[in-house]
Amino acid sequence: MVNASPPSLTPFDFLDEVQARTPGQSRLLMCIQCGTCGGSCPSGADMEHTPRSIFAMIRADMREEVLRSNTPWYCVSCYYCTVRCPQDVHITDIMYTLKRMAVDARLYEEPAAPDFSKVFINWVENYGRAFELGLMSQHMLRHNPFGVLKIADMGLGMVTKGRMAFTPKRIRGIQGLKAIIARAKELEAVHA
Amino acid sequence: MPELIRPKLAYNYFPGCSLERNAEAYHKSSMATAERLSMRFEEIDDWNCCGATEYISLQMLASYALIARNLAQAVKSNGGRDLVAPCSACYLNLKKCDKHMRADAVLAERVNSALAAGGLAYQPGSVHVRHLLDVVMEDVGCEAIAAQVTRPLKGLRVAPYYGCLISRPGLRVDEHNPEYPMILDDLMGCLGAQVVDFPLKTHCCGGHMTQISEATGFELIRRLVKGAADYQADLIVTVCPMCQLNLDAFQGAMNRYFKTAYHVPVLYFTQMMGLAFGLSPEELGIGAELVDARPALAKIGVELPEPVAGEGGAPKRRKDDKSLPMPKMPAGPAGTAEEVRR
Ligand code: SF4
Ligand code: SF4
Repeated sequence: MVNASPPSLTPFDFLDEVQARTPGQSRLLMCIQCGTCGGSCPSGADMEHTPRSIFAMIRADMREEVLRSNTPWYCVSCYYCTVRCPQDVHITDIMYTLKRMAVDARLYEEPAAPDFSKVFINWVENYGRAFELGLMSQHMLRHNPFGVLKIADMGLGMVTKGRMAFTPKRIRGIQGLKAIIARAKELEAVHA
Repeated sequence: MPELIRPKLAYNYFPGCSLERNAEAYHKSSMATAERLSMRFEEIDDWNCCGATEYISLQMLASYALIARNLAQAVKSNGGRDLVAPCSACYLNLKKCDKHMRADAVLAERVNSALAAGGLAYQPGSVHVRHLLDVVMEDVGCEAIAAQVTRPLKGLRVAPYYGCLISRPGLRVDEHNPEYPMILDDLMGCLGAQVVDFPLKTHCCGGHMTQISEATGFELIRRLVKGAADYQADLIVTVCPMCQLNLDAFQGAMNRYFKTAYHVPVLYFTQMMGLAFGLSPEELGIGAELVDARPALAKIGVELPEPVAGEGGAPKRRKDDKSLPMPKMPAGPAGTAEEVRR
């Protein structure tokens, strides 16, 4: 058998990758394009493509258009589509997969959401706990410095009511957690 | 009548980051009401953040390993017990992690290789993850709860808000009604409250969306607050710290954004139980909400002290005061609150 080199991309590479990178079964191929997901989605109106369209686009191998789309970033992870999908497609999990693929390929267009996630996980990876004050101030200053003023009332209200911690908390087992996360990242890189 | 004197129901407890501070009132009221219901919650040792919706957006395997570390810690603490999470996002993450690990052997194996680096292991299926609302209603039940009621919430119109995560496939708390759960309605009913129809009861609060896109985030909050106001609810009852934060803390910003003037306080279901059991607002952390709940609670004869906690308190702010409130530093509410927790 002749070994084509480099192996040419088959039309299904993108579809396969989305499925492979979704934990468990994505059931993406079961989609019957009924549109129930988009019709149920609370942020459907703000998405460039509804989940239904996104799934059609994945099957049409429109990698770049899909990964550049704002759709996964406007998914609020409410699982409403998933409860209603007649084909039990794991829609929300697929949205998360698309976010990860967009970040890896640096194809996302609006940086606010991925940056928010990055700042959030940075606290978690170093302390083992989330830190709201650090998260909100870092994120706001970077993406919406004027937004700080708009929600200053709220922030101060939270402080006044004792609902905002001033310092992050670190878990005892942070070294163990760091080792676990480092190992997980290694493993994922090997199997990607 | 079921026997009301029973051995304490014991659970492993995963408070989650929110309950440490911004939703401390939820933690406090959960503990106070648990006492009355003979339930005992033991915090699992040295738990870590579940990653909310953020970690999974950037990392797949690491996010499962992060969550699974908590499941492993739960087994170490007391393996046989159910693990109870009061936060819907923590509940979903813990439950989903176990579920996917059970269904996907390769994922389970890789998560375990990662856990091994920290000297831990988790056998999928060994921890039963449950939401606090579920254990309260399933293990204690309306009858036993009603038996504790000394101050019925009579005349109080409440909108039961489940939020999205606890009513979703395979994760739902109310198995019989996936799209339109009733257990929180039932619970409020047995406390004597008047439960209003709330068609948006399982709609999403927007999660982190206020930080990403105001237009989307505030619109989701507006729908819910308006929905409750349309049915003349005195307050919204919630089962999740993220929902409480969005609907309560961002209600003012949402009002400014849409030039509306909604005023619907948002309390936790555990606070409502506590009030009905005759506990004081202080014991339940009431007063920490940003949308003043006093007018609503006055309807059931609950008097609250001035809005600012702490000895002496700050001077009362006028309703139309446009100046910024000054923060009170930790010696006040924060310092004492920390002691209450341990
Ligand atoms: S609801 Fe399910 S089957 Fe229908 S379009 Fe959406 S993913 Fe496809
Ligand atoms: S989970 Fe995401 S895609 Fe599905 S309905 Fe909710 S916001 Fe829309």
